[in-house]
Amino acid sequence: MYPILKKQILSEQVKLVVVEAPIVAHKAQPGQFVIVRVDERAERIPLTIADFDRDAGTITLIFQEVGKSTKQMGLLEVGDAFENIAGPLGHRTEIENYGTVVMVGGGVGIAPLFPITRALKEAGNHVISIIGARSCPLLFWEDRMAEVSDELILCTDDGSAGRKAVVTVPLQEILESRPEVKRVWAIGPGVMMKYTAATTKPFNIPTLVSLNTIMIDGTGMCGGCRVVLNGGARFVCVDGPEFDAHQVDWELLLQRLSFYRAEEKESLERWEAHRCNLDRAYETLTSVR
Amino acid sequence: MPPRRIVPKRIPMAEQAPEVRIHNYDEVPLGFTAEQAIAEAARCLQDARPSCMAGCPVNINIPGFLHLVEIGDFRGAINLIKETNALPAITGRVCPQESQCEGLCVLCKKYEPVSIGQLERFAADWEAEQGELPVPDLPPATGKKVAVVGSGPAGLTAAADLARLGHAVTIFEALHEAGGVLIYGIPEFRLPKAIVKREVEYVCSLGVQIQKDFLVGSSATVDELLEEYDAVFLGTGAGLPWFLGIPGENLGGVYSANEYLTRANLMKAYRFPEYDTPIARGRRVITIGAGNTAMDSARTALRIGAEDSIVVYRRSRAEMPARAEEIHHAEQEGVQFHLLTTPLAFYGENGRLTELECLQNELGEPDSSGRRRPIPIPGSNFRIPCDVAIVAVGQSPSPIIAKTTADLATAKSGVVVVDKETMKTSKKGVFAAGDVITGGATVILAMGQAKIAAKAIHAYLQSGNW
Ligand SMILES: Cc1cc2nc3c(=O)[nH]c(=O)nc-3n(C[C@H](O)[C@H](O)[C@H](O)COP(=O)(O)OP(=O)(O)OC[C@H]3O[C@@H](n4cnc5c(N)ncnc54)[C@H](O)[C@@H]3O)c2cc1C
Ligand code: FES
Repeated sequence: MYPILKKQILSEQVKLVVVEAPIVAHKAQPGQFVIVRVDERAERIPLTIADFDRDAGTITLIFQEVGKSTKQMGLLEVGDAFENIAGPLGHRTEIENYGTVVMVGGGVGIAPLFPITRALKEAGNHVISIIGARSCPLLFWEDRMAEVSDELILCTDDGSAGRKAVVTVPLQEILESRPEVKRVWAIGPGVMMKYTAATTKPFNIPTLVSLNTIMIDGTGMCGGCRVVLNGGARFVCVDGPEFDAHQVDWELLLQRLSFYRAEEKESLERWEAHRCNLDRAYETLTSVR
Repeated sequence: MPPRRIVPKRIPMAEQAPEVRIHNYDEVPLGFTAEQAIAEAARCLQDARPSCMAGCPVNINIPGFLHLVEIGDFRGAINLIKETNALPAITGRVCPQESQCEGLCVLCKKYEPVSIGQLERFAADWEAEQGELPVPDLPPATGKKVAVVGSGPAGLTAAADLARLGHAVTIFEALHEAGGVLIYGIPEFRLPKAIVKREVEYVCSLGVQIQKDFLVGSSATVDELLEEYDAVFLGTGAGLPWFLGIPGENLGGVYSANEYLTRANLMKAYRFPEYDTPIARGRRVITIGAGNTAMDSARTALRIGAEDSIVVYRRSRAEMPARAEEIHHAEQEGVQFHLLTTPLAFYGENGRLTELECLQNELGEPDSSGRRRPIPIPGSNFRIPCDVAIVAVGQSPSPIIAKTTADLATAKSGVVVVDKETMKTSKKGVFAAGDVITGGATVILAMGQAKIAAKAIHAYLQSGNW
């Protein structure tokens, strides 16, 4: 069991937990992820390691509540525990002093972007970060990102915080005006990464994305996480999770991501109905008392 | 001994009826009663020079245990089996007996062979019914530590043997449950998970620790394990699934057998939404391949609700590598076989699989393996509509450990190279056995090799000589 030591609500749907997982904390590197399972009946889901503390033996995980599994995870409190956390998995990000780099984070993708940004900053890069979300309440870690960036641009789709724009708009402006940009990282929803790739492509700037495909084992044993690059299929869990954005077949990636949409809906509805019943039963119980 | 009467036919095994069992996940053969077991064991001719034992990779004293079953000494029978086979409840169910012991039974020439596998299963199940296994007296601790990587049949066997010799053993397992293929691959209806759990618990009762959620090569490297442990045993299996490399293979709905079976078995997707992991509930499911993995996939698909479960295989029935019983059970359950059929391409709409295009073959001259080569008939292309396809054409060892371990020699196929007498790898202190040294093989071979490795590890720990 992997107990939760700290919990923080970062935004409406985004939660942060600090979990005791000494083996993972001991080896974790920026860019790597873990597979978690909440309880006996839960799915195995990949979460990127947002931060780690080797001395304390803890890792920080950040997740957005979208389906049944993540909503259930959102109900865990300090003192509760994850049934399983396996890792660290995948390759670490290659950190070097590249010169000037642009870090693009969207929504919950800001979390995995943070340790990479910090490591790049420590390696001496001039770091320009662009972080965005649909609207202000979904944005988080502006302060932490500011600490590890030389320049930080905030944007929201509805203008409720920072610029009213999607992240690719400031990205485009930077690429046009600043030829010194050597590399771009983008982590966020699939569609955001797809458009980031399309934005940097004409400038021929190496662009890395961290892919969040559906996974099961996370150890290279099932192939469920496969993605198609120019050179053929790869397993995201062991060959990635970082890939050259310009090689990714985005259409296929997005289609594979939505393959279980009907089942996800079924699972969530069943769970919510069940919770409603529980709440009602609890109310009846307490009112009788 | 006086000559014994020949009983030509086996005692029939009671089974769940096909039309019933395709709607549940329970075991298919129900097992012998004590009377049936005694009668079946009495069919053994107790030949002075038994031929069956030569077919057993771990040399079980087969006539010996059959005799003990016959006289009703079930305790004696199981003890005798366990002298050489650590996992009889499992191997009794999953060994390819027809090409091993039963294939060499003297009765085979004219009659049906003795049901050796079912009797092995009977003895093991009888023992389980008697309550918990007593923990054997363990020798004093040697102070030596061994890391066993992987908790499949190879890892469990090596761990148990080493613990019984007084060594401190920790098993490192990547998944959240121990058992390897026995837990994630082979379905409940063929090998109940309670049996695997019982074996794992027994190994733990010997003092073996299991560290789950630990991927060696990533959570720690083999070299890092060697800093803390005196020896490392690799029982990591052949977990890397092969794909066909044909167009459309990455469409949604095309699974590797590993993924399909892992979802169904390890994650219990057959009980979705009660369990969270989904699986595509295809109406027409095609499985490509004809080994045990393929039969398991095709039969699982029926239980998940497929109306049609179709096996596509490029050779003929005679070459199908699965256990005879699995093919028989699949046929009984209504699995359809498209033989001499080669898959060419998958087609889909909106990213979801809709059809498989195939080519018909005819049988040509024998190839290097002695099997008649399938030769495509030009222009014989046809398409089979389907919404799920399962690719079950084989697997090889995952490269993770080889990539992260200096001086660990592997062959081109990815298998770890060992000395077959000792299971020593090219790297000092590291041993390996099971599918990781052979590629996909069998439970009994993995177990037999692990026993050899455990002996060699013991010798190495005592002498320090490599
Ligand atoms: C679907 C299917 C059906 C089969 N049916 C039969 C049958 O009927 N009869 C038969 O005899 N054989 C059958 N086999 C083959 C048989 O299961 C294998 O030969 C046997 O399990 C091999 O045992 P093993 O211990 O070498 O490896 P495995 O059983 O594969 O176990 C390896 C274990 O190591 C773990 N592991 C791998 N890499 C790492 C790592 N880096 N760090 C930590 N842990 C790791 C894996 O998670 C796994 O738990 C079948 C195989 C499959 C896939
Ligand atoms: S998640 Fe199974 S191979 Fe990547």
